[in-house]
Amino acid sequence: MVVIRGGRVVSGGRTSRADVALAEGMVAAVGADLETPAGAVVLDAGGCLVSAGLVDLHAHLRQPGQEEAETVESACRAAALGGFTAIMAMPNTDPPVDSASVVAEIRSLAAGQPCEVLVAGAITLGRAGERLAPLGELAGLGVRLFTDDGSGVQDGALMLRALEYARGLGITLAEHCEDAALSAGGAMHEGTWSSLLGLPGIPAAAEEAMLARDLALVAQTGTPMHFLHLSTGGSVSLLASARARGLPVTAEVTPHHLALTDAAVSGYDPVFKVNPPLRPESDAQVLRRAVADGTLDAIATDHAPHPPEAKDLPFDEARPGMLGLETALSVAVRALTGYLEPEEVLARMTSAPAAIAGVSGACRPAEQAQGGELVPGAAGHVCVFDPEAAWVVEPAALASRSANTPFAGARLRGRVRHTVLAGTPVVLDAELVG
Amino acid sequence: MSVTEEADSAVAGAGRRARIGPHLLSVADLGAEGIAEVLRVAEAFAEVERRSIPKVPTLRGKVVATLFFEESTRTRLSFETAAKRLSADVLSLAVASSSVQKGESLRDTVQTVEAMGIDAIVLRHASSGAPAQLARWVERAQVLNAGDGWHEHPTQALIDCFTLRQVLAERSGTDPASLGTSCFTGLQVLIVGDVRHSRVARSQVLAYSALGAQVTVCGPASLLPPSLVGWPVTVAPDFDEALGRADVVSLLRLQAERGSGSFVPTLREYTAGWGLTANRVDRLSPRAIVTHPGPMVRGVEIASDVVELPSVVVTRQVRNGVAVRMAVLFLLLGSDRALAGLGRRRG
Repeated sequence: MVVIRGGRVVSGGRTSRADVALAEGMVAAVGADLETPAGAVVLDAGGCLVSAGLVDLHAHLRQPGQEEAETVESACRAAALGGFTAIMAMPNTDPPVDSASVVAEIRSLAAGQPCEVLVAGAITLGRAGERLAPLGELAGLGVRLFTDDGSGVQDGALMLRALEYARGLGITLAEHCEDAALSAGGAMHEGTWSSLLGLPGIPAAAEEAMLARDLALVAQTGTPMHFLHLSTGGSVSLLASARARGLPVTAEVTPHHLALTDAAVSGYDPVFKVNPPLRPESDAQVLRRAVADGTLDAIATDHAPHPPEAKDLPFDEARPGMLGLETALSVAVRALTGYLEPEEVLARMTSAPAAIAGVSGACRPAEQAQGGELVPGAAGHVCVFDPEAAWVVEPAALASRSANTPFAGARLRGRVRHTVLAGTPVVLDAELVG
Repeated sequence: MSVTEEADSAVAGAGRRARIGPHLLSVADLGAEGIAEVLRVAEAFAEVERRSIPKVPTLRGKVVATLFFEESTRTRLSFETAAKRLSADVLSLAVASSSVQKGESLRDTVQTVEAMGIDAIVLRHASSGAPAQLARWVERAQVLNAGDGWHEHPTQALIDCFTLRQVLAERSGTDPASLGTSCFTGLQVLIVGDVRHSRVARSQVLAYSALGAQVTVCGPASLLPPSLVGWPVTVAPDFDEALGRADVVSLLRLQAERGSGSFVPTLREYTAGWGLTANRVDRLSPRAIVTHPGPMVRGVEIASDVVELPSVVVTRQVRNGVAVRMAVLFLLLGSDRALAGLGRRRG
């Protein structure tokens, strides 16, 4: 048995001072001053928020194919340190996740890791944007989210067919909104900084044009869609008006788009190169407000590891992407200070993404659900977050195989103290167990 | 007089070494004072160049490497000549002959070069920001930006300033050095053409505005930067009208592919709107000076007959390149001891 003692339990929209006892992989009891049976492991949660384990809708695990950047194992270790008990593995691996065998490979690699891995499938074969991937076959294997992430589905007619075909399958299609013709050659947000720095720009319209197209397709088909890493004020307006019309759409935003702006690129450090690109402060403010008012449902990392040889390059040649799993919660809490209480940030990283990923209590038995309430009988997935703990991000000390964090050397406030997966502590005092 | 003394007296007018460096990545690294210092020292080196043996021992023992990852014979030769006239040893690495072709990264190439004990790297690269990245990677070498992507080409802007002052001094019958930088105050500079993709334009805007000139940009809107926030410039909606007010017209090269329908419909339409044609040249004020960083595309941004007019100073710009680059190398690499010696002798 494990007893998490002395924290404030965040669950079902309420926060209360309570201990949490876990046994047989599940929550056994929640209440003040629980007894500690002989042999129980006690986790100190003094000063901490205790919530369901975090769920990430968007992580690049790089395996199979790019193991020099990350592996399923290293990503799971990074995820556990970040408080995640489930992460959605993006399908842009090599080979991509467009067949049953790759789904099976990733699942077998994930067995026994300190975090559950959910596998997302590709919408089109080889993510080439030409022919549909076997959505039905993969749905039959339990794949719930499909995306060509890394790029958007450029052909609107193909996306329309995908949405029609998906209608009866109980799956969600997720779009990386980027009109490739509009973004071609771009290295950063097109605006004040790109003009000063002489870097080719990616206009906000590249994201917004595809989002607008997809919203029209959702209106046409009624099939639910999820929008990945939205980054502009214009996207928030489009999404809000779609919501007002009752369209079945959800959206996520990354911690780095909430916390950083395109001014970070001024020194030409490719660690700040990411897709979609960092936007101006005016966009970041709209994103923060949109998380606060619920227009943006979930916070997702878009954890994108790259080895040094993909980043130690001239800015326009470097690969886009940044690490996120180990810093996500503290960065999100800090960026949203003044917009959302930490308890509400936790909801955007637990219940909201779990529902979108199809792993909430509505889709799974309570004892296997992710992101749910901490009540007796619920799965024993727990994140214990100390909002006051200060720490310095040292890239070499991260569990990720890569070091491309934009927060290198930054002093962050707030850190995950313990993570518990299915009743078993996997992170204790910010260190991996085993 | 010994060779050293002669060299020192040649640059004696330069006086104290300006506090510039260690790198020259952008004109912004110099500021108004730094630019003034470069112009002052360049004037002394222009004098050296007129000698029968135009060489001084100032940088003897220093090694300057030119790393050109983009073809530019003129700029490379100009830098290498400047370094040799200062008696530096020159290592020349052209990309085609290097292991970069075999997949070696810029970072590795630079570390290899630095391991050879070089003091300065003159870098030309197609990627904006490459010199800034290099400056973070090197251990002790100094980095000079010889043009990076669409970002900056600082020495070209310095050459343009030097050339303008030279012309203005001749017209007023004075010595260029005696003008300082006062001749730039209030000068109306019109930069025309593909500002969006021009590293020369970005350096010129910084240099001219630092010296007190009023800078206006003009061109098809698709070839202006997406944003001009933070640029000390105004945009002229009407080229012909702006031309009449300009003291200086800076023409920029239009790459042929930009005129193939992607940025402007045709080169012909570009020339009709923004080329310095024979008809349009009549609008120029008699005092106007026309610059072009080269290589010129005759018949596109400038008509062939216009090139020959005395107000067009392109040949002078090329000629002044070596003296200005000598000044930049000298100010960045000159040893403190030699420079202190200069101060004593001058006193």
